[in-house]
Amino acid sequence: MTDAPTDRLLAQTLREEAGPLVARLSRRYGDFDLAEEAVQSAVAEALTGWRRDGPPDNPAAWLQVAAQRNALDAVRRSTRQRALARRAEPAGDRRPGTDDRLALLFACCHPALAPEARLALTLRAVVGLTTPQIARAFLVNESTLAQRIVRAKRKIVDAGISLAVPPADQLSERIGDVLAVVYVMFNEGFVSSSGPTQDRDLAADAVWLAGVTATAVPGEAEAWGLAALLTIQHARAASRFDGAGGLVLLRQQDRSRWDHAAIAAGEAMIERAAALRRPGRYQLQAAIAALHATAPSWEETDWLQIVLLYDVLAGLDRSPVVRLNQAVARAQLGAPEEALAQLDSLATPLASYHLFHAARAELLTALDRHDEARDANRTALGLTANDAERRLLTTRLHRHPLDDGS
Amino acid sequence: MKYVLMYVSRPDLDAGADPEATQALYKRVFEWFGENAGVMADSGAELLGVETATSVKYGEDGPVVVDGPFNEAKEIIGGFSVIEVPDMDAAIAVTKTWPLLDFPGGSVEIRPMVEDYSHMEQ
Repeated sequence: MTDAPTDRLLAQTLREEAGPLVARLSRRYGDFDLAEEAVQSAVAEALTGWRRDGPPDNPAAWLQVAAQRNALDAVRRSTRQRALARRAEPAGDRRPGTDDRLALLFACCHPALAPEARLALTLRAVVGLTTPQIARAFLVNESTLAQRIVRAKRKIVDAGISLAVPPADQLSERIGDVLAVVYVMFNEGFVSSSGPTQDRDLAADAVWLAGVTATAVPGEAEAWGLAALLTIQHARAASRFDGAGGLVLLRQQDRSRWDHAAIAAGEAMIERAAALRRPGRYQLQAAIAALHATAPSWEETDWLQIVLLYDVLAGLDRSPVVRLNQAVARAQLGAPEEALAQLDSLATPLASYHLFHAARAELLTALDRHDEARDANRTALGLTANDAERRLLTTRLHRHPLDDGS
Repeated sequence: MKYVLMYVSRPDLDAGADPEATQALYKRVFEWFGENAGVMADSGAELLGVETATSVKYGEDGPVVVDGPFNEAKEIIGGFSVIEVPDMDAAIAVTKTWPLLDFPGGSVEIRPMVEDYSHMEQ
């Protein structure tokens, strides 16, 4: 049995401490793999020990001591690691700070690593999740995931990927890789939160990491855009499921249960991003999310502005899901035929996406084409049919937080 | 760290190139090596085509000499260099300026070189 408040405290402590600790030990021993492994073991020890005995008085210090001890054990065990430790920089006692964590984040999200490994490695090294927790969240086999992580870590060490923040002229390009990982992380959490109870809230971790990142690179507009988007989406989390665990669509959500303070904080981040005058897809999605989150009801939503924002977004991102959402928004302005035509042009790429058929059914109903609407609804249902895993996988394929309209 | 850069090309795409353009490209490649002389541990070599390749392979009764290899891969290694730079990001930065990357099919494989054999010392 896990105790919820303790788990929350655990999660907060681990994500605050794990990343800077990995960065510091990597520097001290010249070996990212060793450092990451040492912290991971300390995290696993903490999960067991703290749940059993309650958290220690100073969790950060406890974790640091445990990780340090594990690292030393590993150095003593391995010749290879002794050799690497000799190459390490002299251990200056620089305090681990945001820059340390940011450097680690850039290494874990490095474009030279396999895309599917970046997220897993980021979750372990930067956010302090264990491999079993990650495997549960992604519904993947634990040993496959462990292999993937091992390969990525070896590559960081052997290929000479530095734990360093890129120079200013490369920052904007490289931050894109980091933001993509955080974005996927949120979506994984957003979608999988319908699954069995997790001891880590991936979506909350992603909101935190987006905030940490934006604060660390305050001149990057898209970093603020992503932080805003995730903050606003997460503010609606409480209303996304009914008492029985069923998904509640945006249209039916109880808006009084939204976290309005978080929504306001998200809007402030949008303004911060806008002041930098470099628009991008995360900022546009955040602006759309903000319009939804501040509307008094579905009917009183500012659909015209949302359509205009989708038009700009579709210019930057031609993914079929963006065009689906664009069509759905257009239909709200009272042009169902036009919206249906746009939808039908997406039939091939979205054939196995249940919300495509659900949206189509709705438009067909509005056009009094009830037989076709019934067929479309049936297709949508057949694609979900309470098959949580399949729905999860389908949504995951498209990776957009507003996809399920929830 | 030392990295081997393997310059990959697509002979099928190069075949139709006009000679003047090829000449200009050679000039740019030559300049590129000049600009990056500081990081070149070994500027390496350009290789003649795979049709000139000969392989010596294991055989039960001793090494066997054969023509080829003629595998079906469209991409072939057209040359290599060894660079010495602080880390992967620096290697990527140098590689990104390789003139043939302006052309479809152009690609460079970056491989770290084994330099530390201390773990072999017993």
